[in-house]
Amino acid sequence: MMDTRDSIRPVGPVVIDIENITKDYVMGEEIVHALRGVSLRVHRNEYIAIMGPSGSGKSTLMNMVGCLDTPTSGRYGFNGRNVAEMDDDELAAIRNREIGFVFQTFNLLPRANTLRNVELPLIYAGVDPETREERATQTLIDVGLGDRLHHKPNELSGGQRQRVAIARALVNRPSIILADEPTGNLDSKTGEEIMSLFEDLYRRGNTIILVTHEADIARHARRTVRLRDGLIESDDLMTVPELESMALT
Amino acid sequence: MKRFLYELSESWKIAVAQMRSNMTRSTLTALGVIIGIVAVTLMGTAISGIQVGFDKSMAIFGDDVLYVGQWPWKNVDDWWNYRDRKKIKTEYAEGLNRMIAMTPNSNLAIAIPTSSVYRSVKYMDSEVNNVLIRGTVSDYIITSTFDFKEGRFFNELESRGGANVCVIGYDVADALFPSASPIDKSVLINGQPFKVVGVISRQGSFLGLFSLDSIVVIPLPAFQKYFTAKSEAEILVKVKDKTKLADAKDELAGLMRHVRGLPPEKKDDFSINEQQALKSTLDPIKNSIAVAGLFITGLSLFVGAIGIMNITFVSVKERTKEIGTRKALGARRRTILLQFLIESTALCLLGGIIGLTFAFLMCFLIGVAFPSFPIHFSSKLVLVSILVSVLTGLISGFAPAWSASRLDPVTALRYE
Repeated sequence: MMDTRDSIRPVGPVVIDIENITKDYVMGEEIVHALRGVSLRVHRNEYIAIMGPSGSGKSTLMNMVGCLDTPTSGRYGFNGRNVAEMDDDELAAIRNREIGFVFQTFNLLPRANTLRNVELPLIYAGVDPETREERATQTLIDVGLGDRLHHKPNELSGGQRQRVAIARALVNRPSIILADEPTGNLDSKTGEEIMSLFEDLYRRGNTIILVTHEADIARHARRTVRLRDGLIESDDLMTVPELESMALT
Repeated sequence: MKRFLYELSESWKIAVAQMRSNMTRSTLTALGVIIGIVAVTLMGTAISGIQVGFDKSMAIFGDDVLYVGQWPWKNVDDWWNYRDRKKIKTEYAEGLNRMIAMTPNSNLAIAIPTSSVYRSVKYMDSEVNNVLIRGTVSDYIITSTFDFKEGRFFNELESRGGANVCVIGYDVADALFPSASPIDKSVLINGQPFKVVGVISRQGSFLGLFSLDSIVVIPLPAFQKYFTAKSEAEILVKVKDKTKLADAKDELAGLMRHVRGLPPEKKDDFSINEQQALKSTLDPIKNSIAVAGLFITGLSLFVGAIGIMNITFVSVKERTKEIGTRKALGARRRTILLQFLIESTALCLLGGIIGLTFAFLMCFLIGVAFPSFPIHFSSKLVLVSILVSVLTGLISGFAPAWSASRLDPVTALRYE
């Protein structure tokens, strides 16, 4: 994979170091091997797309990376700590501080306004009310929603809702942003806007992992990991010509 | 600690928002608790009302008076042993008073003879049946606790002379003289005219069983002249120092044995009664009423608690995805547990406060409509009710909150 072609090699410190992890599920009387030995290393300020058809283990891998689930076997190092051995509260703390989730269905709290939705991870982190409001407001301004602080989710468009969700993911300054089909519920124009926001975040130094089955969306990432039947099929870095063509658009 | 406080205040906000957005559902669920709290509070009020009424009724008997009678003031299994006792005679009072006067440092102050019978009392066309006619002496006033609405008690002269005068109870006056003053009017008791000299102010009833206002008091000689048949005598003895009631009782027993001329080997053939004895007989009855009442009303609160538990389970189910999202954002198990516990508790507390308000209003209305009904709304009761509703919320919310906190984040996020 790492051939002699010109490409941008990741250089930052390793954030995610997955070594040969497997995950088995028991479904009825059958054991499903969702992951059969996957290794993946992600450096700081990478922009990765994880692709694969349904049933490829893509969601399972995302759950592992997001510390929502623990592997059956293998090692998962997150900033040098072994996640596979953590208990529920430690996992919750990692999710709170190190990972920013962006979901396909936005998953905003319907009865809370924009500001309160974005403040939620700060509450779980034990940040005091003044700092909370200040940081949530600043993050919302950063994603272009400075004038929507007191709107409820049902008063916002789909694109705006996803921006709130992205602000919520960013507000605790996590090590990675984990986006699961972030444009899946949006029309293509709004989807492009969201993707350019991700591009912006990447350029500002964030690490982004994008889970998608759409090639158009995956094209925005600098590195693409393809899964099939619980194994990594390919792991490609974007080449320099590709990068150049991207810069033109 | 700070983090816990933030989570707590966050949970409160969610709980309030949740109740607001599900108004109908919250109201219906809270209704169970409201009914439960109303029932428990009213029962508590009634019980403490009974207690107050009981104490009030007891006070009428005076805690410094001993009652010498044929029967003891308690249930006896061997009633036949008491039935054949010699009757108490009003004359004993004189003997007792002589001996009290001769005893240095006696614990007893004075003995008052009384004799009672039930008769009807008439004035013009009005008649009251079953009135307690009591014959006694003018010193009777010393042993009793009542005040006069009008007039006075009969004096020593009238008492000794057996004048046809009487003091009537509040109910008798009310029935026979609805608009006019009874003073100096003549009422007919057993066909004999008695001039009214005083009206006793309202005494209420003894535990609501019999009225203490349906009474006529007349001088003893007059009583003996007209009503000796089927009358029952009782000697009231006032004690000097009520802290030495036991000594006084022993002394009185000795004097009574002397009056009756009992040889040492014979048992007492009379009973010396006191307020305390009555209390110890009635206390177990009062307590079993309290326990049974609280148990039954407690059941209604239990049904309310099941309602809360049910609705919290529904709430957890409905918001499974939200729980998943919160977990993904870093909510720990404890946080989720706390959130749902607070929701169920807030609902119960709301029900409790509304229920308490209702109960208070009902108590107030009952108090206005039936002033004699012993009802007592105490601040202790308020505190206990609030505590009970909070506990109900915590207990009924625990199982659903626990199941919410144990949800697997992956499954919860995928839940539609």
